[in-house]
Amino acid sequence: MSAGAKKRIMREYGECLADTPPGMKINFDEQNMTKWEVLLDGPDQSYYAGGHFKLEINFPNEYPFKPPVVAFKTKIYHPNVSNDDKGSMCLGLLRPDEWKPPNKVVAVLRLIQTLLIEPNIDDAIEPSIANEYKENRKEFEKSAKDWVKRYAK
Amino acid sequence: MDSDDDFNSSQASQDEFMEDSGADFDDDSDLDMDDQDVGFESQDKDIKPTKQAYETEFKVFDPPQIQDSQDKQIAEVSNILVQPPEATAILLRHLRWNKERLIDQYMEKPEEVLENAGLGESSEANPPKITKVKGFMCDICCEDGSDLDTFAMKCNHRFCVDCYRQYLYTKIKDEGEAARIRCPGDKCNRVVDSKSLDLLVGDDLRDRYHELLTRTYVDDKENLRWCPAPNCVYAVECSVKDRELPRVVPTVHCDCGHYFCFGCSLNDHQPAPCGLVKKWLKKCEDDSETANWISANTKECPKCQSTIEKNGGCNHMTCRKCRNEFCWMCMGVWSEHGTSWYNCNRFEEKSGSEARDAQAKSRQSLERYLHYYNRYANHEQSAKLDKDIYLKTEKKMQQLQNSTGMSWIEVQYLDTASQALQQCRQTLKWTYAFAYYLARNNLTEIFEDNQKDLEMAVENLSEMFEKPIDQLQGLKVDMMDKTAYCNKRRIILLNDTAENLKQGNIFPSSLLFYWIINNATGNWEFIVSLT
Repeated sequence: MSAGAKKRIMREYGECLADTPPGMKINFDEQNMTKWEVLLDGPDQSYYAGGHFKLEINFPNEYPFKPPVVAFKTKIYHPNVSNDDKGSMCLGLLRPDEWKPPNKVVAVLRLIQTLLIEPNIDDAIEPSIANEYKENRKEFEKSAKDWVKRYAK
Repeated sequence: MDSDDDFNSSQASQDEFMEDSGADFDDDSDLDMDDQDVGFESQDKDIKPTKQAYETEFKVFDPPQIQDSQDKQIAEVSNILVQPPEATAILLRHLRWNKERLIDQYMEKPEEVLENAGLGESSEANPPKITKVKGFMCDICCEDGSDLDTFAMKCNHRFCVDCYRQYLYTKIKDEGEAARIRCPGDKCNRVVDSKSLDLLVGDDLRDRYHELLTRTYVDDKENLRWCPAPNCVYAVECSVKDRELPRVVPTVHCDCGHYFCFGCSLNDHQPAPCGLVKKWLKKCEDDSETANWISANTKECPKCQSTIEKNGGCNHMTCRKCRNEFCWMCMGVWSEHGTSWYNCNRFEEKSGSEARDAQAKSRQSLERYLHYYNRYANHEQSAKLDKDIYLKTEKKMQQLQNSTGMSWIEVQYLDTASQALQQCRQTLKWTYAFAYYLARNNLTEIFEDNQKDLEMAVENLSEMFEKPIDQLQGLKVDMMDKTAYCNKRRIILLNDTAENLKQGNIFPSSLLFYWIINNATGNWEFIVSLT
């Protein structure tokens, strides 16, 4: 990774510290600055309220010319998070053709928070969960809360 | 006498060309001369029609010519729209090089077209240039300093030159993007034009960029297609449209030597239309490897036709799918056997004979398929073997030249014969796929006769190829005759199939319905639909 990229990540971390979105904690390791660990509280007004989710943000070598890669380390029942051991996300800003180099990680974190409150059904990675969210909200709510209890406490 | 002189001199130059062109076949001027000569000959004798029924018109373009035709169109439209060439190029690419549509739309709603193409919202009129700006900080690398070189397009999203360059590098090299690289600015849709790009990047990246643009150009143009041969850089232009493909098999011949179908880019598959080829290849993929095994080891359940393998000694079969119980030997319902005996000896059972009939039918259709498939596969295999033999022969041709003092040109008949064999076998191979789908009518017999004649001609020629090298020289005249005959039979077969494919057009409209439901294409009828 280039010196410029490292400088940019440092700077972004500084900005995040100064203005961390509420309900979020970032663990930053200066020895390995390309991998951030983020602890995210389920937003109060969402089905994930009360849950604590561990996320990993990986910066590719080409950062910021390529988007960071986000993964949920805590299992979550959500249309936009893959239901496997990767817990990956691929929408909006996180897509290589949407991402622009001036975009910042903090925007990504805000996007994730918004998605926990309101999933993006049209760009789902788990179509069956998206469908349930649309057709059978009760059932969805039950599973989402159930998973919070099981994995995110 | 003038024309005679011409003829003689042309002959002479032809001979020269033959003698000294061994090293370099690709030279354009040589080919031109060759073309002229053919033209002259046909004028002179007036026998050969210029184009056979199975041949399609096409033109081969090399990369500079492709670039040239893009540049010409850009220049032309640039004048009409009064837009700079680099912007016109973006507009043309946006509308997939449909000039007429671009001009129409632009005349009606210029702002909207510009916006959609990624050329909207220009706040600066000056041409883009690299400048230093006081108090600037790059939003990408967070560097600041008044000595930093910066760049912005007309949208005024300014970044340092290094970041801009790195951004373009990532897009072009890693993502293979060229026609729609957007400004790096957040949410900005402005497309990076070639002029800005030229300003920012080095030769290496610029070449790649233009290569990618050319690739998009050929992909976008309906009448252009890349030659699919490995490492070939030519594109072929042909006016045959997708909807015409059931009626015509547009084989084209690239300057690299490769014959391919303009419709589907597969290797030449005349006389079978693309639709049949696709179905056939799919069928072969599904069936060929397993078909023989299935035929030998399985039977179908008499009730649901599932294929069943007998995996135990007992003849009492229970179909796993439909739970039908039957006897493996007579295929009759098991209950009719009673419970007291085990070995089946009841040949006369009614249900059993019906089941065997159904089975026979299904086996018959498999056998029909295998009949055609085996011949198809055999020609494919034989073509490979012919080629192997030829490669060995080629080495011996050198020896022949050395030992008998024959010239290069005198052993060329072997090369010609080998090429004819390859081409005829390719055609024959596809006649079997064609025949598999062909429904019988009064034309099929002629087709089968043509197929038979070509096949016999090919086998005769192929046999000669296997002769030891010392006998080959004595067979020269015979071999040349047989080569000519093979080529002739191939043309006859292809003309017959092509003409009868085309002739569907003359059906009166009242018969159109009949034509559709019967899967007829031209005068042929197929057992499947071609679309």
